[in-house]
Amino acid sequence: MNKILSSVAKTSAPEAPSPTIAIPTKSKAKSGALGHLIYVLRENPVTALAFIMFGVMVIAAVFGPYIVPYDPLATDSDSVLQPPSFSHWFGTDNLGRDVFSRVVVATRLDLVISVAAVALSFMIGSFLGAIAGYRGGWTDITLNRVLDTIMAFPLFVLAMGVVAALGNSIANIIYATAIINIPFYARLVRAEVNIRRNAGFTLAAKLSGNSDARILAFHIFPNALPPMMVQVSLNLGWAILNAAGLSFIGLGVRPPTPEWGIMVAEGANFIVSGEWWLALFPGLSLMVAVLTFNLMGDGLRDIVDPRRRT
Amino acid sequence: MLSIKGLRVAFRTRHGEVNAVNGIDFDVAKGERLGIVGESGSGKSVTSYALMRILDAGGRIKAGDAIYSGIDLRNASERDMRDIRGREISMIFQNPRAALNPIRKVGHQIEDVLRRHSRATRHNAKTKAIEALEAVKIRDAATRYEAYPFELSGGMCQRIVIALALACDPKLIIADEPTTGLDITTQKAVMDLVDDLVRARGMSSILITHDLGLASQYCDRIVVMKDGLIVEAGDPVELFTNPQHAYTRKLVHATPRRIGTIRSLLPEGERSDLEPHIISEKPLIDVINLSKTYQGKSGPVHAVKKISFTIHEGESVGLVGESGCGKSTTSSMLVRLLDSTSGSIFYRGEDIATLPAADFAKHPLRPKIQMVFQDATDSLNPRFTARQAIADPLYRLMGMRGDDVIERTKELAEMTGFPAHLLDRFPHQLSGGQKARVGIARALASEPDFLILDEPTAALDVSIQALVLNLLADLRSRLGISYLFVSHDLNVVRLLCDHVIVMQNGSIVESGPVATVMENPKHPYTCELLSAAPQAPERDIA
Repeated sequence: MNKILSSVAKTSAPEAPSPTIAIPTKSKAKSGALGHLIYVLRENPVTALAFIMFGVMVIAAVFGPYIVPYDPLATDSDSVLQPPSFSHWFGTDNLGRDVFSRVVVATRLDLVISVAAVALSFMIGSFLGAIAGYRGGWTDITLNRVLDTIMAFPLFVLAMGVVAALGNSIANIIYATAIINIPFYARLVRAEVNIRRNAGFTLAAKLSGNSDARILAFHIFPNALPPMMVQVSLNLGWAILNAAGLSFIGLGVRPPTPEWGIMVAEGANFIVSGEWWLALFPGLSLMVAVLTFNLMGDGLRDIVDPRRRT
Repeated sequence: MLSIKGLRVAFRTRHGEVNAVNGIDFDVAKGERLGIVGESGSGKSVTSYALMRILDAGGRIKAGDAIYSGIDLRNASERDMRDIRGREISMIFQNPRAALNPIRKVGHQIEDVLRRHSRATRHNAKTKAIEALEAVKIRDAATRYEAYPFELSGGMCQRIVIALALACDPKLIIADEPTTGLDITTQKAVMDLVDDLVRARGMSSILITHDLGLASQYCDRIVVMKDGLIVEAGDPVELFTNPQHAYTRKLVHATPRRIGTIRSLLPEGERSDLEPHIISEKPLIDVINLSKTYQGKSGPVHAVKKISFTIHEGESVGLVGESGCGKSTTSSMLVRLLDSTSGSIFYRGEDIATLPAADFAKHPLRPKIQMVFQDATDSLNPRFTARQAIADPLYRLMGMRGDDVIERTKELAEMTGFPAHLLDRFPHQLSGGQKARVGIARALASEPDFLILDEPTAALDVSIQALVLNLLADLRSRLGISYLFVSHDLNVVRLLCDHVIVMQNGSIVESGPVATVMENPKHPYTCELLSAAPQAPERDIA
């Protein structure tokens, strides 16, 4: 019994002292959005670290081509398959290209693919999920079955289909990744909207003369944002992995364009013969990028949730 | 038996350490029934969690001693505490549905406790569990043993929780607001049951409540807590008739009872004269044969059955009944959030029941009929500041823009006594009373002449309730609005309303002027409601 009861107590216990905390007279400057951001980052060092790593990635994506020591596409037959050294930090590949330069330059492409795919599925998924959650009934049932179908569809098969029908381009890879991710957003938004469609504030918004569309867009949907942010950051990681996986099997990005997935694919051939640096460094950046996005999730949620402000 | 000395409990928060309990002393003798009374944030629940050592992760006992029959509860090991909880000290929690595991049969949950404390073996656990259910007067206990919590009513769930708490014959039982959220008649039944069991088994009990009236009825001694301190302790009648501390006096005044006016809820010295409100002969709302039928799984459910009543201009009508009696359905239909099945609602002679609820948001009458919701927290969007919440109807219904909105928002805040400097705060940064004021300001924004108040004070502390009720009374005389006050508490309805309607099972069983119904109830159900309300020891209120 006590196990059950104490878990109840845990949820209700923090309620008790809250009135005492709810009257902060100090720190007015901290109430702003920027102050809140700083607070979240300071409170949670892991989040701060994730944001710093994300910042580094953005810098690499924007300025990468201008700051790298070598041209990522320039071949050099004199220095082929050299191990990491001072002149070539990550070594060189079978055509003598500098692996470090290629890894840095690839950041932009990978980031664009994942952000674009996630943004697309976020928008479409939110729209569909919000309508299904708000209207319920047949709209809801139909949408859910469609989403089930999409979820059952393997990404690689869908991507191959899209590529076969529309051609092998990066844009098509983005569409395929976006479609695969739509159900996650739609499901999440549907659930969040559904529990709020009869909440007191929704009824109050109706009484205040808001139309249904307005209630959904401005009153209910913003409340779904905090859990969405966690989903977004996790999804960014997956999308990068997906893009890498697709180029690994030869879809989307094609050589000689530097891209982490392709570089791993190409480097894999040389691991057996001992040239480990070809696959390791792009693989490592892939891992770091995914980790960064995963760590950012909680921080993003705290930032968009006004209840975290005091 | 239990002795607490200088107990201090603190919680770590974003703004440093917050003291929830600031050094309190009290004793509970064997067989004594102690009441801890205080408003939210007074530290009364935290005290009990500290005793059971089930404080939230950020909380810890900073100082003081808690000795229970020679055992130091503060320093006892977790293993010892596990044995003490349930067998020696047991707790009845606030929300019975949350305290029960939703996916286990209630009988099995009782068995768990019995077997945890070696009170039963695998073979006789079921018999003992059924006995425990019978002890809390559950009829047909063998059948209920198989029930899941969701199949039972709130009152029944609370009985199960009591059965769980009492299963191992504890010596001390702590009841933390055991009747919050229960109907007034259920509250009486549950409290009577606990009281009988505690007396029959010679246990000690601690009743934690915000309701001074309830505590005075069921306790031998009361301690009053405020801000983590005990401000006064003593005999209930003595406390009621001759409160020493200013805060106790305030609480005693704010507790609604059968006598006194709405102004006598306020502390002496803050009672200004109430301006009378004018009731005209003209009907504002005329409800004729209004019905609502839902299609349930096992046939139609008649939530509201052909009810008729009239509300005159400026009049305040109370709608009283227990949960499930159809009062919320009625108010939803009146405010046009819900379509009626049949019948008419005439607003100044125009039948609004024929207009579909879905389209009413754009109807010219929308501003005129508004509502204040039961739960102020739930009815405010967590992402809207107080200012945005009040301004929403101004934009949507009144077509105001720019400076007019700012001006009018400020005016509404002032009218409802909401501090203007808090307008840019989010709901979670406001207290319960402040949130209630935002809800009222929002409802008044569109200048309605009919306002439905759906238990607007149900979630509030009594002293805040006193302020809000008086605010509503002042607004009525100032703006000439008619109220439909939905409540389960006749003592509160009496203070604010001119006319009262009592509903049971979807029908009106009694209606009439408040004084007549209260003094001379005709229907047995009204009598039951009246007698179930906690009776505070009465005294002359000047």
